[in-house]
Amino acid sequence: MTTKQENPRQPLSHLDWLESEAIYILREVAGQCSNPVLLFSGGKDSLCILRLAEKAFRPGRFPFPLMHIDTGHNYKEVIDFRDQRAAELGERLIVRNVEDSMKRGTVVLKSADESRNKHQSVTLLEAIEEFGFDCCIGGARRDEEKARAKERIMSFRDEFGQWDPKNQRPELWSLYNARSHKGENIRAFPISNWTEMDVWQYIEREKLQLPSIYFAHQRDVVMRGGSIVPVNVPLVNGEVANPVKVGEEIINMQIRFRTVGDISCTAPVISDADDVSKIVLETATSTITERGATRLDDQTSDASMEQRKKEGYF
Amino acid sequence: MSSTNKQRIDSQHNDSLLRFMTCGSVDDGKSTLIGRLLYDTKTILADTLTQITRTSEKRGLTAVDLSLLTDGLQAEREQGITIDVAYRYFSTGTRKYIIADAPGHEQYTRNMVTAASTANLAIILIDARKGVLTQTRRHSYLAHLVGIPHIVVAVNKMDLVNYDQAVYDKICADYLVFANEIGLAQSQIAAGNDISFIPMSALNGDMLVDRLDNMPWYDGKTMIEMLEAAPSAHTEHNEPFRFPVQFVCRPHASDNPELHDFRGFMGRIESGEIAVGDAVTVLPNGYQSKVKAIQIGEAQLQSATTEQSITLLLEDEIDTSRGDMIVKSCEAQEPVKQIDAFVCWLSETPMSPARTYVIRHTTRESKAKVGAIHYKVDVNTLEEQATIDLKMNDIARITFKLAQPLMVDSYNTNRATGAFIIIDESSNNTVGAGMII
Repeated sequence: MTTKQENPRQPLSHLDWLESEAIYILREVAGQCSNPVLLFSGGKDSLCILRLAEKAFRPGRFPFPLMHIDTGHNYKEVIDFRDQRAAELGERLIVRNVEDSMKRGTVVLKSADESRNKHQSVTLLEAIEEFGFDCCIGGARRDEEKARAKERIMSFRDEFGQWDPKNQRPELWSLYNARSHKGENIRAFPISNWTEMDVWQYIEREKLQLPSIYFAHQRDVVMRGGSIVPVNVPLVNGEVANPVKVGEEIINMQIRFRTVGDISCTAPVISDADDVSKIVLETATSTITERGATRLDDQTSDASMEQRKKEGYF
Repeated sequence: MSSTNKQRIDSQHNDSLLRFMTCGSVDDGKSTLIGRLLYDTKTILADTLTQITRTSEKRGLTAVDLSLLTDGLQAEREQGITIDVAYRYFSTGTRKYIIADAPGHEQYTRNMVTAASTANLAIILIDARKGVLTQTRRHSYLAHLVGIPHIVVAVNKMDLVNYDQAVYDKICADYLVFANEIGLAQSQIAAGNDISFIPMSALNGDMLVDRLDNMPWYDGKTMIEMLEAAPSAHTEHNEPFRFPVQFVCRPHASDNPELHDFRGFMGRIESGEIAVGDAVTVLPNGYQSKVKAIQIGEAQLQSATTEQSITLLLEDEIDTSRGDMIVKSCEAQEPVKQIDAFVCWLSETPMSPARTYVIRHTTRESKAKVGAIHYKVDVNTLEEQATIDLKMNDIARITFKLAQPLMVDSYNTNRATGAFIIIDESSNNTVGAGMII
């Protein structure tokens, strides 16, 4: 005869645990917030969250729409994928454009070729106001950047969308507090505790489809300030982003993207990983952090992410 | 790609997860310990290392300062202190770890309680030159109060006492005397938990990931071996089944007529296990039914266990909503309208006994009024003192009267259904944390 104690429970695998936690967080948002929205860019992190939302809410519909803040400078492959995925899920997709904020005069670029990435914050805050969203679900992870290591699962933003690191709610056990007054906002991060490796392992396990630019492909690039910069990138609106500059030499290289965002600040890495399992291997043996190599916008100063978050960036 | 590396990656699909915390101040080498764990498990990548090497040089240091790896926000750097809990991640290939890194100073009791709330193991750092200090008592008391099952007392900076075994032995003995005094040792043992000791030098890496050869007299586990061996939270106890309902799925507006009567109760199993066919009771109303199906996404399960987020379908149509609790009928608890708890006050605004607060317990909320503040605990001397209010970082025993019934267990038998937070409705802030006695 055996007692229960002698037959210990099998621990959940780390992916099962992370999945369960993320589903729990999504359901807390649905249970506590009256008008949430899921920020969806077509990138790998937000694709994981869509899968988690399916597991959290099917066979029902998602209790929130999807929304993308489009800088207009995104890779066409990603935008097409974004639209296709939203259609497959049968969920509502809202797109708000930084270009419209520019037309309204709420976003003013310092120069025509300035990165629009940080200006997404303005368009996001305008969209939050337009729809009256009380919570934005995002795919940020604490391992991405040190300003994120202290981020809450439910992060409080004031009426100006500002994140005040000194005025965040303590978060104990899994008792998340997503309450807000009118005009205030919660940013909810269901995959806070995931690392880049966890994301890729989850993509592999769940057999998730991704935009093609995550996989190794040939592309025209130049070397600019020590980074690989894709040039002459066709945009959805027919224009061309990142035109090659005088004196630059175009090289056709096999590359892939580790993060996907605004073209102006997302640099690729040299890679021959053309499927998910090869990417998992590459990630395990990588010697450079995800943002270190590929996010041009985080390198400006030691505290640049912290600064942008204080200004309302997600 | 070597075959060991390949194995390492494959095995990550089945590994478990451990959450732990570190208690100590910068002076104890806490940041160095975390930096060393990240560095020796090769979590630190080249660009991060270059960055901290550059900062070390800028500050005029001769060696790379691993504590810079946990360097915090700009606001904190300006003040030269850590003011908040930071979370760090590393993986050994067989296990994923989440470290809650909390500042150890007295005025940050609330941060330690926050970090401890999700930890299953605590590393309490002692400086070998200084031995058991007031802060050691405070850290141990708080780890004990918040119910961390595994405590590792790490005697650090052994390099500065010539790796002397006598120094280590004395500190261990002193600690046990104190642990007995506060009942820590007894209650850890009674609950099947443990206290372990380890000598180390985080600076040199002795007994962290590598043993090195400075302390041949120590034949216990290295730090990483202790972490690898510690049980995951949900594998340890056989607790009753507790399933707070988070969300009810009723897709009746869907185009699929088969789903017309679908009613799924969504939530996470906070403790225990459930199987198809089990008799359940929905509290506080006491409706009874049986489990018809258990789902995770499209997958149908025969049974499910602690920490799994599932959808539960019942045989009968029962009116159930967020905040209700589904339990096994044979393990149902009695809903209560009064609770007695240890409370840690988290807000800069003191608690006012005259006010009404909101208590959130699992997925349920109730308005609450203070019935009585019995005493507060001095976290340094562990003395009980009379008090009429509660300030930030105070810990007190309080009785609350509740407007709505809650389905509670005592915290020392169930960390999920024994815990609650206190919310101030005027600011919506989380102002207190409670552990039910």
